[in-house]
Amino acid sequence: MATDITAGATVRAGGEPADPAATTNGSWWAHPNIAYGVVGAAAGYALGHWFGNWLANGFQQIQGMGQNDYAVVLGYLGGTIGWLAGIGAVTYPLLKLLGYQATAQHETKRSLRSYFGYTLDHKVVGVQYLAAMLVYFFVGGMFALAIRTELLSPTNHLLPPGKYLEVVGEHGTMMMMMMTSAVIGPFGNFFVPLMIGSRKMAYPRLEALSFWITPAAFVVLLSGVLLGGFPTGWTGYAPLSIEATQGQDSYLVAFGLITISMIIGGFNIIATIINYRAPGMTWTRLPLFVWAMLVTAMLMVLAAPVLAMAGYFSILDRTVQTALFDVNHGGSPYLWQNLFWFFGHPEVYILALPGFGIALELLPVFARKPAFAYRTVVAGMVGVGLLSWFVWQHHLFVSGINPDMRPVVMLTTELISIPTGIVFLGAVGTLWRAKLRLTVPMLFVLGGLFNFLIGGVSGVFLSDVPTDTIAHGSFFVMAHFHYTIMGGYMFFFFGAVYYWVPKMLGRRLNTRLGKVHFWTLFVFFNSTFLPLFAVGELGQPRRVFEYAASLQTLNIWVSISAYLIGLSMLVFIFNFLKSTVIDDPTPIETNPWGSRGLEWMTSTPVSANNFDHIPEVVSGPYDYGTGAGPMATIGAPGAAVPVSAAGQPGEVV
Amino acid sequence: MSDEHAPATPPAAAETASEPTDRQHLLRIGIIWIVLSLIAMPLVYFVWGPHFPPGNGSDQAASQQHDNAVLATIAVPVFLFIWVYLGYALVNWRIRSDTPVSELPDGPPVRGHIGFQTTWLIVTSLTVLSLFVYGTAELVKTSGAGTGSGGAPIWTPAGYSSNLTKSKLLQVQVIGQQWRWTFRYPQYGGVETSQLLLPVGQAVQFNVTSLDVIHSFWAIDLGVKADANPGNNNIAFVTPNRLQLINIRCAELCGIYHGSMATNGQVVSHADFDRWIVTQVVLHARLIPQLPPYEDYYLPQTDGGYYDPGTNPLPPVDTGLAPPSPTPSSGQ
Amino acid sequence: MSRPARATAVAVAAVAVVAVAVGVFIYLIAYPPTVAAASTGSGEANITLQTVPAYGLEPHPTWVSYMIKNQSGQWEHTTMFQVPAHSLVHFTIYQFDTGSPLRNPFMNEVSGTVGGVEILNGQPTRIVDGAAGNGIGHSFAIPAMNVSVVLPGVDPNAKNPCSTPAPCSTSFDHNEVQFTIRTGAPGTFVWQCFVPCALGYPLGFGGPMSTLGYMNGFMKVVA
Repeated sequence: MATDITAGATVRAGGEPADPAATTNGSWWAHPNIAYGVVGAAAGYALGHWFGNWLANGFQQIQGMGQNDYAVVLGYLGGTIGWLAGIGAVTYPLLKLLGYQATAQHETKRSLRSYFGYTLDHKVVGVQYLAAMLVYFFVGGMFALAIRTELLSPTNHLLPPGKYLEVVGEHGTMMMMMMTSAVIGPFGNFFVPLMIGSRKMAYPRLEALSFWITPAAFVVLLSGVLLGGFPTGWTGYAPLSIEATQGQDSYLVAFGLITISMIIGGFNIIATIINYRAPGMTWTRLPLFVWAMLVTAMLMVLAAPVLAMAGYFSILDRTVQTALFDVNHGGSPYLWQNLFWFFGHPEVYILALPGFGIALELLPVFARKPAFAYRTVVAGMVGVGLLSWFVWQHHLFVSGINPDMRPVVMLTTELISIPTGIVFLGAVGTLWRAKLRLTVPMLFVLGGLFNFLIGGVSGVFLSDVPTDTIAHGSFFVMAHFHYTIMGGYMFFFFGAVYYWVPKMLGRRLNTRLGKVHFWTLFVFFNSTFLPLFAVGELGQPRRVFEYAASLQTLNIWVSISAYLIGLSMLVFIFNFLKSTVIDDPTPIETNPWGSRGLEWMTSTPVSANNFDHIPEVVSGPYDYGTGAGPMATIGAPGAAVPVSAAGQPGEVV
Repeated sequence: MSDEHAPATPPAAAETASEPTDRQHLLRIGIIWIVLSLIAMPLVYFVWGPHFPPGNGSDQAASQQHDNAVLATIAVPVFLFIWVYLGYALVNWRIRSDTPVSELPDGPPVRGHIGFQTTWLIVTSLTVLSLFVYGTAELVKTSGAGTGSGGAPIWTPAGYSSNLTKSKLLQVQVIGQQWRWTFRYPQYGGVETSQLLLPVGQAVQFNVTSLDVIHSFWAIDLGVKADANPGNNNIAFVTPNRLQLINIRCAELCGIYHGSMATNGQVVSHADFDRWIVTQVVLHARLIPQLPPYEDYYLPQTDGGYYDPGTNPLPPVDTGLAPPSPTPSSGQ
Repeated sequence: MSRPARATAVAVAAVAVVAVAVGVFIYLIAYPPTVAAASTGSGEANITLQTVPAYGLEPHPTWVSYMIKNQSGQWEHTTMFQVPAHSLVHFTIYQFDTGSPLRNPFMNEVSGTVGGVEILNGQPTRIVDGAAGNGIGHSFAIPAMNVSVVLPGVDPNAKNPCSTPAPCSTSFDHNEVQFTIRTGAPGTFVWQCFVPCALGYPLGFGGPMSTLGYMNGFMKVVA
């Protein structure tokens, strides 16, 4: 068990138990786990479903439709609450509420089981996130292969059109929604405390909660397939979403759950970075990855509520018949678009910024040079975050909304290229006269920069209204965001995996297989998505199952390349599973890449408290070539620092 | 932003006389970049440019084609700079990736360079701002006319009037519905047709609307794209300039047959168009009285049918709940 | 766990994942069955359909639906049918549902058929006003071929409406519509109803109108 709630027995890490009062040591409800979670989910779903039926079954409209959206929505919500209760998200507050002196004990011995529990150790949460995100990514990827299979022919339809749209929606939503925390979840949670010299995160329980919501959202989203799927794609436009059958509810509820996860996770990261920095870890010594996490978390906290509200409005329109999106009764079809894209544009920067953070973090290590133009780059990341709020109307250029605002939004969208370009400034400067090592992580970073350049420049075509006329709603947009999000963000993600897994899991991924993975992915990714720019400009809209016969050759080429991407990912899966699960652990250096980073100064595996004593930071993480010593002194008894104004609790909570 | 060179420390690998200086690196990169750009930019603009989508089937499409060419030409040096730089770095500044950690040499501790950073920021800002100015200028003129500009567009071609009877443009209402397009010509008795025919050289005003969910009218060869929103009118302009087939597709996901919501239109001569439209009016003579009066939009009724907001009050909504029975107690 | 045990566990998990993926894929490519039109001689074929007010059987008993009669005379719950290319195809549709106005009265008028008319209960008919009388129950349209015919509704106060689970027998009140279309080169054509007949769904176009096998389908023109 990761955490034993022993009521009345306060236990210190590695210390002796105090006088026990009434204990609940043997009670089943003090030891939550996944099995209880599944049972709770089933029970909660049944209860919610029954309640929804009781509320609404008699309505004539429900009888006509033959489906009860109340039951589905309330069932999902009940299932999620049951799941969270079962795995222990509410055990500690409930026990406190009932008067037990529940305390949580840090595990002194980390076992495989602790990875399946509700844990307060941010490192375990990071590993849980990594496993989950990889699962979500590959499931989403399989849906993508189904899409490309259908698009092999414009006239022979392998998938019926309704199922095709189900697949399109599941693929897009799985990627855009479940993968929002693909970097901040595993690497943000694991490494932010290590990188700032902290022994814990600010809100460990919330952090675990933000993770455990994601499997619930995953199951809710996938179960939409059983309900007939949703026909709106990941953008969920009303009024189509209002007219859709029950599968739409799974989309809406899953998105709502993920927004909660985003908000909670974001708050945790912000509070940790602001309050838990070790002495000497000034803002100008903060690693660029941590800066990226900070800005991303700010965006998450501010943007996610808007989407939650939009989803809530849709659920209301679908169940209790409000008319927020119904133009016949005073609503507006534009409302959803505005709300969604007000969230949606910061969302893509929530995806891009962690990628930038990884790139800027890894480049100095594999170039053996300081990060070039550190302060400018930080300003650039903050600038991207700020400007991302002012550009959302560029998704609506042809919709007829506020045509007079289009020049203003063109300006803001063009302006956002400047801070995005600053990331490239940092990269270019860091590479200047460097000592480049083309390790697997570095290959992914460079490949990601190459891809993101293409994606970013194609964005300029979309930000200009005249050229957007052709490109909007076509495969050009598809190619643009796949280049930025998959070619950029996911390449950086894989770079981070190869880079940090030796510290996270104490295993090194096979280098040769890693290079095979990189080169095949790089080549086939470009061969898949580069032609899609042309396909879009030549007149193929998005999300279609029929297209002009003249475009079939290009589509066949793209589909074959997509299968080859799948093969490339199989290489990664094989490498990952073999290195981390199947092979016996072998001793590994604590700093295989020779990085100056504070996270590499910990042991491998990282000890439960991260650092034996709070480090005192004396130099920055990128001081290569300056003759500076290590960033901080770790482990020497004389270097211990008592609790300082930075608010660093030394002992366990 | 005042990063400067860190105090010089003797680097691990001393600079030998054969190692190029900063200036030499810069010159090499610069020359390769400039030469390649000077070759590629004219190729893109003059050779590839005239073949860019969306072609030149209309004034708007031709203008958008030109915009594509301009943007692509400006993009060339951006791409080339990063590619040349990356290639140069990979060729010249590499060490073996399996170098043991203890033997790793450090690069020069360059934390920043005011000149380079400032130049970069100025160049990117100028590029971006000039793209904005260019884009706005094009939006206000011909190119932007093909985009859906809402019910009361600001930048309109000559002959436009918000009063249909005073407008010199051919009015075509594009009606999107799940899952086909139909077209109405208010200046010809409000006849509705399943095919779109346009006379060549005539300025046309599309009034795009939807009867149910959001669609998007994309006349690919004409450079027109305007979302069809229920309860809203979305206006786009085009002047087709040669006889051609018009490929029309729906560009906004509108349900399961979004992909097959496609049709072909035609640009024909004025005489052919006049003949055709008159024939249509005659053919549909019994239908036209059954169509609702021409409106900018037709609110979809929840139980089907047209609803003209000008004439009929909204029908009551059936909630499925029984009406409350009168209670005996007073005090309401 | 030892290394071989771990390897086996991973392999078993991988096989399970592949099995699930294959199962999902099989589910995704499932179509309703295709009914072949009965050939009545060179270059001609017949096909018979009906529209019912409530399908009556799971998974959607309350949904309106089309059904197609196969060559053995059985009614199949499908909307996929197959006709020969370059032929005259004669349709007969029995319409059992009540009617309403059309969302777009443009389709009050018959189009795309041979002769430009439909035979409604024996009478050649060119146009049916959906806003009058019993309205229009359903329609049959092939947008890519510009074919559209209307199937008028039955009187809601009729004595003998079809209310059993589908299929409905012609002894119940119904309207019979016949028309002929000429097929061209082989291809796959979407067909659908254009009456907002999805009861309970906003705009009337959700549910059965948006689900293959109920109020829309594919006509395969084969050589």
